[in-house]
Amino acid sequence: MSSNGIRDQVAIVGMGCTPFGERWDKGVNDLLLDAAKDTIASAGVTLDDIDAFWLGTMASGVSGVALSKPLKIDYKPVSRLENFCATGSEAFRNACYAVASGAYDLAMAIGVEKLKDSGFSGLTGVRPVGDGTDAALSSPAAFSFVAPAYAHRYGVDADEMKQVMSRIAWKNHRNGALNPRAQFRKEVPLETITKSPLVAGDLGVFDCSGVSDGSAAAIICRAEDAHRYTDHPLYVKALSFVAGPGGGASDPDYDYTTFPEVVRSAEDAYRQAGIIDPRAQLAMAEVHDCFTPTELVLMEDLGFSERGLGWKDVMAGVFDRDGELPVNPDGGLKSFGHPIGASGLRMLFECWLQLRNEAPPERQVATVGPGRNLGLTHNLGGAPGECVSFVSIVGPEPSA
Amino acid sequence: MTGNGTTGILAWGVYLPYWRLQRSAIGATLGGPSGRGTRAVASYDEDTTTMGVEAARRTLAALGGSPPDDLYFATPAPAYLDKTNATAVHAALDLPEWTGAYDLLGSVRSSAAALRAAHAQSAAGGTRGLAVLADLRTGLAGGAEERDSGDGAAAFVFGPDGAEAPVVAELVAHAAASAEFLDRWRSPGDADSKVWEERFGQEVYVPLVEAAAAEAFKRAGIVAADIDHLALAGLHMRAVQAVGRSLGTRPEAVVADWASTVGNLGAAQAGMLLADALDRAAPGALIAVVVVADGADVFVFRTTDALPTVQADRVSRGVAMVAADAAAGRDDLPYARFLTWRDELRREPPRRPDPERPGAPATWRVTPWKWGFTASDCRACGFRHLPPSRVCLRCRTIDEMDPVRMADVTGRVATFTVDHLAYSPSPPVVGAVVDFDGGGRYRCEMTDVDPDRLAIGTRVEMAFRVLSTAKGVHNYFWKARPVAAPPANDVGEDRGGDA
Repeated sequence: MSSNGIRDQVAIVGMGCTPFGERWDKGVNDLLLDAAKDTIASAGVTLDDIDAFWLGTMASGVSGVALSKPLKIDYKPVSRLENFCATGSEAFRNACYAVASGAYDLAMAIGVEKLKDSGFSGLTGVRPVGDGTDAALSSPAAFSFVAPAYAHRYGVDADEMKQVMSRIAWKNHRNGALNPRAQFRKEVPLETITKSPLVAGDLGVFDCSGVSDGSAAAIICRAEDAHRYTDHPLYVKALSFVAGPGGGASDPDYDYTTFPEVVRSAEDAYRQAGIIDPRAQLAMAEVHDCFTPTELVLMEDLGFSERGLGWKDVMAGVFDRDGELPVNPDGGLKSFGHPIGASGLRMLFECWLQLRNEAPPERQVATVGPGRNLGLTHNLGGAPGECVSFVSIVGPEPSA
Repeated sequence: MTGNGTTGILAWGVYLPYWRLQRSAIGATLGGPSGRGTRAVASYDEDTTTMGVEAARRTLAALGGSPPDDLYFATPAPAYLDKTNATAVHAALDLPEWTGAYDLLGSVRSSAAALRAAHAQSAAGGTRGLAVLADLRTGLAGGAEERDSGDGAAAFVFGPDGAEAPVVAELVAHAAASAEFLDRWRSPGDADSKVWEERFGQEVYVPLVEAAAAEAFKRAGIVAADIDHLALAGLHMRAVQAVGRSLGTRPEAVVADWASTVGNLGAAQAGMLLADALDRAAPGALIAVVVVADGADVFVFRTTDALPTVQADRVSRGVAMVAADAAAGRDDLPYARFLTWRDELRREPPRRPDPERPGAPATWRVTPWKWGFTASDCRACGFRHLPPSRVCLRCRTIDEMDPVRMADVTGRVATFTVDHLAYSPSPPVVGAVVDFDGGGRYRCEMTDVDPDRLAIGTRVEMAFRVLSTAKGVHNYFWKARPVAAPPANDVGEDRGGDA
């Protein structure tokens, strides 16, 4: 595989993100406009200055017109993308490449999802007419295979495993409690999390991410033009996206303790960015904590923890906001919410705030500083054994 | 063909569902008197088609030689009208395209027609005929129909005697008596049958049965007292009991009806009783099967010297005898859940989208997988794919696959989950990752399972079920279910006077 990367060729010069949550008051068009408005204000440009748009949404609109109409975009290219729960990241990635190619000077990546209007619990999606043979398992059920598999492989007893999962949820709620844009803005006691009603397998309600509405966006330009728009751009160091062969559910060798797609995309991204020791070199990470066991396994797949020891790092607070490597300081999918198409860009938005020291003091991570200022976003889509994975690395300085 | 020129039964099989309803649960819920014992209950994901498939699988599993040339599916409770249900049975059994598949629908008496047709076809053409009898008995809450009926299916293969499969019971005579009168009836679409006053039916039925039996015995060249096993089937229980005393047969010849454990299987009752007799009969025994329905049909079979070998073969293959199946079953089904399954209780649906109707072309394209549960094996590296894949997951070789049917392959649970969120007519959904013996892994739903007793390593087998029904379309597919502990195959205490 050849993945050359576009290290430091493009930069983010403006970002915006709406509050996530049950946005009964806002339609898809309103959310898109709110995010776009904040983003152009952040970059100090007008919509007319932007040459091309990438809209990421799983099921809240189809075609570029879903964006061009509410924003009244004047005859410009608008692509609409979908790539499971990594949809927002995919919009960002494609916009970056378009700018890097020289085709456009200024591009916007915007993601949106309106999940709460369906009236259903959990995720719903539009599927093509099928043959009726897909197992009817929900997303929580598909991910619930991970916890017992991990516990079994690494000899973690069931109660300890539940504590590890609960602590991840507790940490992300604690982070989200300080974030005015988050869906759930209060701390939740560990005991409440541990005793929450089961949704699937060992996963309780508090082990699952929020179902939400929201939108987030970024404006991208060539790196050399970045200072025309802002004194503090974020340079794109790495973009990696992989889709796996989707055979996990058919493969007796797959044991549900890892996401091979994540391992591959992380390796690729680290190579592009020249990262050797992610735990020490990254100042923060925003990862796809769709369910608490997912975040646990990601700590190992992304190379933050040794195989089989991620649970110990979780319990030791390594990934707390004031820990060695803060993970999901904005609350993550768990507490910030998960409007599918927007989540990847929401992760970048937290990097935008934290790496540029714009997060409010009460939640600014202390790890960001001279010599250590890279942020990672990780976005996963699908289910264990059948997924897509995206990893980006961004930083406030061009590489030396 | 090395046979002796006779035709008759080559193989038999019965399917009784996993669930039993305690009759006392009905009285406990509704008030009023409680019945005793249990009845067999088709699960929420079963219908007459799926139960017919299971009975036929058990029948064909121990049958050597060629597949049946014709399939006759008899049920008063079909999953579809207009559309043939036997073709679904045919597809799930992975029978060849040239096998005819026909429904005989509507009345209990259809069961006699299916046996007649399967036999007549084989006698006339030297071919094999498969008769599948299935019933799912419904009735209004608190009624006798609900209490005394049962759900289940039976299947028989008729054909010429041959080295690969000998005739175990020759049909030596049949006689019928037909009459038009109102004993029981049901309007299409209704869940409950109406019956006339019982004594009226008894008065009309008894002479009809006596006439048909006399004629059948005459044609067979026997007298009533020669009958060793008398299988009396019919929903009019008073008439059935009366003819058991009036035909002149030996009292101990009456085959136990399993009323206290299984209930009356309607169109499958004759099949269950005949199968029970075949499970136990000695060579040279005479079995009379009497179907009391809108007249009477009397079949006289004589078992052959091949029967003991086939009986022993079934035991060695672990095929449960009717007696063992009837005594098994899980009897803690709450009455409220039974009513829910039968659509007699309107329940609040979950806040989840209704299941989608599968598309006809998409379904048709994957017939070997969806109906036959046929995987693909890579010729280059041997990797087994469920569902079948054109590209090998392991070695990436393209379009070098051999089909392999997995429906009858057992496996073990690699991991499982209990899903409280997914839509199900009877939540929660239990999902499992199954590793099949000899290779292959598949993630599917489980059924007939107690999640509290499920563990990694639990042995499972595949069962043909209805995943969901949407817009009148039944989405048939396969689920895994725990392999029942091998039944003891001993004769239960429940048996009547049968010798």
